[in-house]
Amino acid sequence: MENTPVLETRNITKRFPGVLANSNVNMQLHKGEILAILGENGAGKTTLLNIIYGLYAQDSGDIYINGKLSPITNPNDAIKHGIGMVHQHFMLVPVFSVLENIILGSEVTKNGIFIDRKKARKQIVNLSNSFGLKVDPDAIVEDLPVGVQQRVEILKALFRHANILILDEPTAVLTPQETDDLFRIMRQLREEGVSIVFITHKLKEVLDIADRIIVMRRGEVVGETVPAQTNEADLANMMVGREVLLRVDRSPAHPGNVVLKVVHLTVKGQSQMHTVHNVDLEVCNGEILGLAGVQGNGQTELVEAITGLRKYDEGEVYIDEKPIPANNPRALVENGMAHIPEDRHKHGLVLPYQLTDNLVLCTYYQEPFSKHGIRNEQTILENASSLIERFDVRTPSPFVIAANLSGGNQQKVIVARELSRQVAVVIANQPTRGLDVGSIEYIHRTLVKLRDGGAAVLVVSAELDEIIGLSDRIAVMYRGKIVATVDAASTTREEIGLLMAGAKKETVLQ
Amino acid sequence: MAEESPVSNKLKRFLVNLSVPVIAIILALIIGAIILLSTGVNPLKAYGALLRGAFGSPIYFQRTLEKTTPLIFSGLAVAFAFKAGLFNIGAQGQLLLGAIISAFLGFSIKGLPPALHVFIALAGGGLAGAMYGFIPGALRSFTGAHEVITTIMLNYVAINITDYLSDGPWKDPAPSNIVARTQLIEESARIPFIGPVPVGFILAILISVLIWFVINRTNLGFEIRTVGLNSHAARYAGMKSKLIMVLAMVISGFLAGIGGAVETQGIVYRFQPGFNTGLGFDGITVALLGRTNPLGVIPAALLLGAMKGGANVMQFDARVAKEIIDVIQALILFFVTADMIIRWMIKARRGVEDEVTLTTSWGQK
Amino acid sequence: MNNSLKLNHFDSPKRKLIVPILLAVVALVVVLVLYLQNPAVTEAVLASMIRQSTPLILGALCGILCERAGIVNIGIEGQMLLSAFLAYMTNVWTGNLWLAVFVGLLTGAVLGLLLAFTSIQLKLNQIIGGTIINILAIGLTGFFYQVGMTTKGKISPIALPGLSEIPLLGPVLFNNPPITYIAILLVIVLQIVLFNTPWGLRTRAVGEHPRAADTVGINVFKMRYANVIIGGAIAGLAGAFLTLEAVGSFERNMTNGRGFVALAVMIFGKWNPIGAWGAALLFGLANAIQTQLQFMGTNIPHQFIGMIPYVLTIIVVSGFVGRSRPPAAEGEPYEKE
Repeated sequence: MENTPVLETRNITKRFPGVLANSNVNMQLHKGEILAILGENGAGKTTLLNIIYGLYAQDSGDIYINGKLSPITNPNDAIKHGIGMVHQHFMLVPVFSVLENIILGSEVTKNGIFIDRKKARKQIVNLSNSFGLKVDPDAIVEDLPVGVQQRVEILKALFRHANILILDEPTAVLTPQETDDLFRIMRQLREEGVSIVFITHKLKEVLDIADRIIVMRRGEVVGETVPAQTNEADLANMMVGREVLLRVDRSPAHPGNVVLKVVHLTVKGQSQMHTVHNVDLEVCNGEILGLAGVQGNGQTELVEAITGLRKYDEGEVYIDEKPIPANNPRALVENGMAHIPEDRHKHGLVLPYQLTDNLVLCTYYQEPFSKHGIRNEQTILENASSLIERFDVRTPSPFVIAANLSGGNQQKVIVARELSRQVAVVIANQPTRGLDVGSIEYIHRTLVKLRDGGAAVLVVSAELDEIIGLSDRIAVMYRGKIVATVDAASTTREEIGLLMAGAKKETVLQ
Repeated sequence: MAEESPVSNKLKRFLVNLSVPVIAIILALIIGAIILLSTGVNPLKAYGALLRGAFGSPIYFQRTLEKTTPLIFSGLAVAFAFKAGLFNIGAQGQLLLGAIISAFLGFSIKGLPPALHVFIALAGGGLAGAMYGFIPGALRSFTGAHEVITTIMLNYVAINITDYLSDGPWKDPAPSNIVARTQLIEESARIPFIGPVPVGFILAILISVLIWFVINRTNLGFEIRTVGLNSHAARYAGMKSKLIMVLAMVISGFLAGIGGAVETQGIVYRFQPGFNTGLGFDGITVALLGRTNPLGVIPAALLLGAMKGGANVMQFDARVAKEIIDVIQALILFFVTADMIIRWMIKARRGVEDEVTLTTSWGQK
Repeated sequence: MNNSLKLNHFDSPKRKLIVPILLAVVALVVVLVLYLQNPAVTEAVLASMIRQSTPLILGALCGILCERAGIVNIGIEGQMLLSAFLAYMTNVWTGNLWLAVFVGLLTGAVLGLLLAFTSIQLKLNQIIGGTIINILAIGLTGFFYQVGMTTKGKISPIALPGLSEIPLLGPVLFNNPPITYIAILLVIVLQIVLFNTPWGLRTRAVGEHPRAADTVGINVFKMRYANVIIGGAIAGLAGAFLTLEAVGSFERNMTNGRGFVALAVMIFGKWNPIGAWGAALLFGLANAIQTQLQFMGTNIPHQFIGMIPYVLTIIVVSGFVGRSRPPAAEGEPYEKE
């Protein structure tokens, strides 16, 4: 039968406690096609792929490979059926070399006892040449840039003779140019007969590369189409189930004085990926400055330095002309800085604490929350109740612990805490990562409202669309330096993309 | 769905948390009974003797309380460190130093009014323990050296130091004395009794309540708990994580040191090596049995103290080697901490808030 | 795109070897000088060093296997103690020394199984798990031990013919109890296995990034169980050594902290069998010198000398002799989501 799909799922259903992740999912992948599965965070896309790869077991439903019923209960089964997976967070052992990572689990041996590195190296070089995936087999993975690590992941799958390749959010960590590179590789693989499924939430990419598109929402497949017959607005509508504002509604900015000033900031990181070189930044009140850049170009370290979580080696940070000592988050808070951190579980919240405690996390030592070192539980509770209402945090009570809230509500708790103070500067780092569309819209509205209220807002995001949608001015970071700062109104997405990839300012901007 | 009120929810959690240690103890006693049977001993007779030896008479009761008191302090020390995410196995060493310094202050200073002398010796013992807790705390904060190894090593160092002191410069100079021990402390440094109850025991209870208050109602306690649950968020919140960890170890050491001082001034009236070995691990059992709650430490210590107090009688009456206590203790520790088994038995799920978060690796990352 | 970011990798092969080579050279020179001055004493001290280091290296190898696979094992002390006791009891009842050794191995393995079970299945904090093993060992050995039982002999050293005649090296290296030879053999075998076989690669993967291993079809739990049990058997061998070869009897608490010092040896050796061996020799040397000084009767109180291994351990784990980086995923229970 010519049209037998290489991979098919029938009625796959999977439940997690409290969540129906996949509900009767039917999908088909044909030979030599690139199929995109589109959906917002939490739609169930990754769950489906993990089931296909054998990392999860479905509650019901079947998987068919080339028309044959093929139960897959662990990754070994999947690999045997020719399925390879590239995960969103790479499954590479950082201290191992490229070679060791590729052969792990399918080791090349001599005499069946010892690893045969020479033979393995040869096989890898051959493979990498035939697919145009250039790597150095003996390089240590943790030293490699993200784009190269991804190549290693793909090689891992090809090494095991995969002819079905699953890619989970492959472009999340790539520059627009690296993304183009990846798409080139995907097209070449398609020529060689490899069938590809990839997950994304980026509408533009889907229209660019996919042969066919499946849209998932709340665990179900809600639509199927091809790029020629759809557009971004349609797709967004299918993803969310209603009209989606693709642009943030805002009026032009009226910037005032410089509030946050960063001068010559330098952080000597342990590797080039973690270094900040001589960064100068200014944010005025009443404006939003967006910091664009692919993850891993020093943004995390820069923000940590500005917010007092990391020592810096040179430079100064000023709020309202006042120099702030380094490495001192409390001084920043007391001078009017609010920080919505990149990793809300690591920095932003203490998950086992109740909301009452989380909401006074930065101010517990001040009156009225405590006096002479002794806490005032009454005022702490009142504060929590009031903030929960003001910021619409969905929770049955202020005594619920933070771990039991959804991602969106957790972020709201952080926002509530930070923005309930008198703030002059707001630093929002990846503020909508991992959130559903409703929460994303809420956070964007809140940031614009802050800006209109006169605060100076610095938004750092790896999502270019978010930066373009929110910012009045955009600064681009590449390899630890600010390579350009431009007015949002007078630039284009392509220009920013090029700057993010390291193109020189002079060649990009007129 | 209507959410239960916070009060009844808390009550339910409290009862579940209480039943876990209780069931753990019962299970441990059952297995201990099996071991006893295997050596031909009647477990009921043995346990009966144990109970009698612990509570059967005012003297026995006093002995139980005497054994309990240092366990309360050791348990408090370990529990306090746990709150900061630190594993203080060094209570043994901190306690020894506290004991010997207290003895020194007790016999070398003469002519002080009793209240003052008791206070000075206690404070000295506490400070000695505090300093000894400072070392692993500082090493942990500033070099990343895991406190499990450093405190265990320091225990052995403390044994050597106190051996030396009690056999050398501070040895009892009386002509009739040949063993390694200090001389008796002055009357004015001794802690009195109220009936069979050592005042040290009362002091332990008071300090437990004080520690409970510090941990749950003060800013310092909030900071310590935050560092223990999420040191990154603690930094974000402006807390000085490193200093807090050091402070937690200092306080922990202080508590253990006071424990040693109380033993010296309340029971033995001198320093003699060889008393209460293994207290470091006992402290861990007490702390975990009490769910790292300073108030929970009291009944936990009482249980262990009763077992130790009654063990001699059990050994005598029922002919059972008293080390069976250690085996039962290990079993209790096992069941309490592997509470998943018990929770599965009573079908209760563990809440995130009940987790004791401890560091798990050797640091220096 | 350029993928040759040549960074100064912390453990680059060349840097790794400079310090140990220098140390070895210095040590050799010192040894030769001392030998020329007082051959008998030097020989005795060095022979004692090898013997003292045996339980330490075995304990460290146990720790290395466990931690490389991702399980922190602070119960090595308990494993050694209980194995020593049961090996001793077997010796008392049967007089069969090799059976006793086997019992020791088995005991260590069973305790390893217990640790693996509590850590992997029950997801109990591994340090608490190790502590339980220690308390259990102290309790069981104390409870069941009775003074005054007689053993029917101990395992005596085997002198390798010819080799043991070599001056200095002979009596020191080639006239040792069999378990010491086994220990040295194990060092070499484990070094090869860990870094040159699929088993070793998978073990290390499971300790560094278990999820990555899982996604290529490696059974994380099986690898961890296997390594912890084998490691336990090695710790059991150390216990058997203590009671059957070195002393020929048993005392309560006879391990006396060696299991914890073994952890320092492991850290000092940077989780490498050969590095650990060097560290074990160092600590063995400290012990040997301590005994020698006590013999010679110096003015230094013997307690201070007794403290040396423990203080040395503290210095080592504080990183004052070089940074150390444990396996990245150790100590954390693996959750298959």
